[in-house]
Amino acid sequence: MTSLPPPSARKLGLVIDLDTCVGCHACVISCKGWNTENYGAPLSDMDAYGASPEGTFLNRVHTFEVARDTAPPMVVHFPKSCLHCDNAPCVTVCPTGASYKRAEDGIVLVNESACIGCGLCAWACPYGAREMDSAAKVMKKCTLCVDRIYNDNLPEEDRTPACVRTCPAGARHFGDLGDPDSDVSQLVAARGGFDLMPEQGTAPVNKYLPPRGRDTLEIPDLASLCAPAPQAAAPSAQPTGLLGWLDRALERL
Amino acid sequence: MASQPVPDLSPQVSDEVRKTTCYMCACRCGINVHMKAGKVAYIEGNRDHPVNKGVLCAKGSAGIMQHLSPARLRAPLKRVGPRGSGQFEEISWEEALQTATEWLAPLRATAPEKLAFFTGRDQSQSFTGWWAQAFGTPNWAAHGGFCSVNMAAAGIYTMRGAFWEFGQPDWDRTKLFLLFGVAEDHDSNPIKMGLGKLKARGARVIGVNPIRSGYNAIADDWVGITPGTDGLFILSLAHELLRAGKIDLGYLIRYTNAPYLVNAQEGPEKGLFLRGEDGKPLVRDRRTGQAVAWDSPDIAPDLANGVEIGGVTHLPVFRHLADRYLAPEYAPDAVAARCGIPAARIRAIAAEIARVAFEEEITINQPWTDFRGQKHDSMIGRPVAMHAMRGVSAHSNGFQTARALHMLQILIGSVETPGGFRFKPPYPKPPEAHPRPHAGHKPGQPLDGPHLGYPLGPEHLLIQNDNTPKRIDKAFSWEAPLSAHGLMHMVISNAHAGDPYPVDTLFLYMANMAWNSSMNTSAVMEMLTDQNPDGSYKIPRIIYSDAYSSEMVAFADLILPDTTYLERHDCISLLDRPICEAEALADSIRWPVVAPDRDGRPFQTVLLDLGARLGLPGMVREDGSAKFKDYADYITNHERRPGVGPLAGFRGEDGTGKGRGAPNPGQIEAYIQNGGFWLDHIPQEAQFFKPWNAAYQDWAVARGLYDSPQPYVFNLYGEPLRKFQLAAEGHGHRQPPDHLRERLIQTMNPLPIWYPTFTDAETDTAEYPLHALTQRPMAHYHSWGSQNAWLRQLHGHTPLYVSGEIWAQHGFSEGDWATLTSPHGQITLPVVRMDALNPHTVWTWNAIAKRRGAWALGEEAPEATRSSLLNHLIHELLPPKGDGLRWANSDPITGQAAWYDLRVQIEKAPAGQSVSYPAHPAQASPLPKAPRDLAHQVKG
Repeated sequence: MTSLPPPSARKLGLVIDLDTCVGCHACVISCKGWNTENYGAPLSDMDAYGASPEGTFLNRVHTFEVARDTAPPMVVHFPKSCLHCDNAPCVTVCPTGASYKRAEDGIVLVNESACIGCGLCAWACPYGAREMDSAAKVMKKCTLCVDRIYNDNLPEEDRTPACVRTCPAGARHFGDLGDPDSDVSQLVAARGGFDLMPEQGTAPVNKYLPPRGRDTLEIPDLASLCAPAPQAAAPSAQPTGLLGWLDRALERL
Repeated sequence: MASQPVPDLSPQVSDEVRKTTCYMCACRCGINVHMKAGKVAYIEGNRDHPVNKGVLCAKGSAGIMQHLSPARLRAPLKRVGPRGSGQFEEISWEEALQTATEWLAPLRATAPEKLAFFTGRDQSQSFTGWWAQAFGTPNWAAHGGFCSVNMAAAGIYTMRGAFWEFGQPDWDRTKLFLLFGVAEDHDSNPIKMGLGKLKARGARVIGVNPIRSGYNAIADDWVGITPGTDGLFILSLAHELLRAGKIDLGYLIRYTNAPYLVNAQEGPEKGLFLRGEDGKPLVRDRRTGQAVAWDSPDIAPDLANGVEIGGVTHLPVFRHLADRYLAPEYAPDAVAARCGIPAARIRAIAAEIARVAFEEEITINQPWTDFRGQKHDSMIGRPVAMHAMRGVSAHSNGFQTARALHMLQILIGSVETPGGFRFKPPYPKPPEAHPRPHAGHKPGQPLDGPHLGYPLGPEHLLIQNDNTPKRIDKAFSWEAPLSAHGLMHMVISNAHAGDPYPVDTLFLYMANMAWNSSMNTSAVMEMLTDQNPDGSYKIPRIIYSDAYSSEMVAFADLILPDTTYLERHDCISLLDRPICEAEALADSIRWPVVAPDRDGRPFQTVLLDLGARLGLPGMVREDGSAKFKDYADYITNHERRPGVGPLAGFRGEDGTGKGRGAPNPGQIEAYIQNGGFWLDHIPQEAQFFKPWNAAYQDWAVARGLYDSPQPYVFNLYGEPLRKFQLAAEGHGHRQPPDHLRERLIQTMNPLPIWYPTFTDAETDTAEYPLHALTQRPMAHYHSWGSQNAWLRQLHGHTPLYVSGEIWAQHGFSEGDWATLTSPHGQITLPVVRMDALNPHTVWTWNAIAKRRGAWALGEEAPEATRSSLLNHLIHELLPPKGDGLRWANSDPITGQAAWYDLRVQIEKAPAGQSVSYPAHPAQASPLPKAPRDLAHQVKG
């Protein structure tokens, strides 16, 4: 069993905006590309060109329909990766200490050289955010691009997770959720950011921003905008209709 | 607590970054290709690039897997088995090029029209068109006819620019955005970035689409419209805005032909503009009541009243417009049922458009001067932007629907104003500044001009005296008069039928015409293999160039293997399909960031080689030797007009020329040093009101976009359309065949109209009650995506999505399959319930389905076993009318393939169904078997 460190002041994580995510999978593939080349073993793809391709991904996008009583159904795109929980059950369950939560910034990582591929951590994670790599037989998970965010070889503006850097719609944000004044904390406060499955007691660092209300357009009709009442309402054959209105309107130009 | 492991926090990212242009779709984003040990290791977006500003979609990031795909062709191939079998032998490039030369040289010498050369999603159309023109065949076009020509042509004819490559919403300022139809697959990163900006500031997005997926999932308001009725919905919005007087009259008077007087005198001029002796259209001056030239100084053009001449009253365009759209047939209550949208919702959307346009007006304190010399203190905008792409385009009423959409934008004064829709240079470009189409061919001679263009009347049609089309695709004939992009989807069908004439050689590039790029796919495969009684093929020779082992490869006689996009030069040219932004002129290059590891060659270089072997003008020197060593040489040194070439940046001997300047031998290197692109900002004074802004016009001339200022007004009323109606009414010397008269009169209306799609009008809707649509997932493009080990895991098969209503009605349960039947064909697919759908619409993903044996996939790949194409249900012709004629399933104005007109019936497939239908036999693969497992990591 592995111990969690004392809670860190700095809690690095993601804020994912479900109002903005179009479900394009850019984050999924950017993550795949970076993490295949970097941290630990490459993310493999079994039967890559065959009947049942099955690869390792650290981030996946799910799509849900939300039925509503009086409005059309909503569709929500839901990207999911490790939430870097404060009470990470995947860490405490690890028999070798391979799974650990970094004391300085709260990032949850797997030390692959100590991982025996037992899979207990994936069982323990209520979010299904860990995947066993079938080729390397080690557990893979989101590293929050720990090898990008502190990387002296990258320009400062690129020291951000690959998924955040690439997101075309700007639906992914990275920062210190332990600092109430950070941009991400402010965004969470402003938009009602929430924890995923809080009842699990995992205290996830990552937050989601809820979709804004949908299908709320409620202007009864144009008459409400027109003062005085619209003059062009009558067919143009009638002098009080279009022609009269046009005459007056053109006069004012 | 034990000390924690310390991972390497600063690994070396790569040895080198090479900046080039993506080609995983037509978006053309800038990419940083990270190299390790000379190999491609990682691809990310280029932050400096004007298109994507650093972001990159799933396709772009997966480019490495396309580059490493086992489906890459390895050497030139000669067919040795029957067509369609996929049996080939590898040959040398010398043999391949010699063979092609031996096939083509006699054609050029005797009948150049016997070569039909059509290209797909390539981005070198100004080059391939130039080559075809030099060869002398009239039969060249790219894929626009089956893509979005309705959008493009309606835009050019109405306002001299259209969506996507022609213009964009003012993402930074718009407060209300209306998105019509599926748009996820074009301009993809810029639209996602734009939507992100709108979302970040809480601007409202309204999505009009039968399917609530992708962008419509994040639309604040979703309008689940019935397919094919967008035009009617738009005209109802116009009705509401006109009824309430919520239109921008000042804009209409200054910048549109709304005040032009329309000739009402019966006869050959009826419906054309009333013109003065100098040919200038006339307007009524409210002050004098007289008809005067439209651009006379100090007049007050009338929109309401006409002038009486000889007892006939000639009314202004606006009066015709208002009378038409104020008619009760366009009232929300009248269109609601047909569109599948409650009338109250139509009224609410019209009200929101009016509210934002007129109550949230934007003012930018930037003085500017219009082309009349009038000075303006500021730029006033109506912050309502709109966008549409194939969803609106791919219908047989798509041209007029796109016209209606532009009319709506113009009525509220939101085109080229802050917060509205903005053109990207070189647009706006009036049709008069575009060429006319040409088809004059003679043995051994180049064509008499460019193939494609914008006809302004029947006099510009490409027809013989007996009305026979001059082109194999019948573009610019009475069947499709304004087919500005050609009709690639009709080429194989027409060539097979010998209608209007047979061809000898079909030469295709990057167009999967034996599969997802053809309507009626199964029959097209038969046409490609159909033989004459003597055993010869009906289409005698087929040459194909592709980088990958696509379905089309199996049907060619000679394969010229292309390279991947990371292995060749390309130019994304202002002469072609530019990547400009509303604020800036821009173009870019691709360059070989790695050398091919196979015996493939860049197609454009091969085409230059072939051109030199054929002695084509412009491609050989006086001594007969090749003029260009390769495509890079052409990009650098070719001049279309003196000083204007494929790339606009770094021109002139010193490399400082912008737009104009002598060829610069260091130009490509300068692009590479600049990150693969060139950017030139439009002056602040010229940023908006471009069609009428003197500063913009002068800047455009300086950059070589025009040779003289080209100010113009928007065509709410399309006079060229009226000219075709007049011909159909019996006026003029060029007369359409009788069977097309009625259709021309009905459809070529000079003001936007809506009519039911031809399929809706002619199908028994009780028998075929449902609409069926396809769309590409955002993570795929064309048929390339499925060879990509990463992307195919995102979307690997094509379920049929049906509404809860259909689900219940047919008793579907999870795991069931459905059979979809159109009047033409049948497919069977796994069925999935989706409630966020127009209840009478079913849909599936496009271009994921694969023929067994293609793309180096395993034969049991889900792309082959659990997938199908709607293409099998869509005929390229309308059902026979009993007149013996072949009526294309296309827009009657532009010839755009009417993919989205499809109607179907659905039934539950018998229990035990486990494989999709149709299941074509496997094609042999000319490639080694793909590796089974991948764990790809490039070691530095």
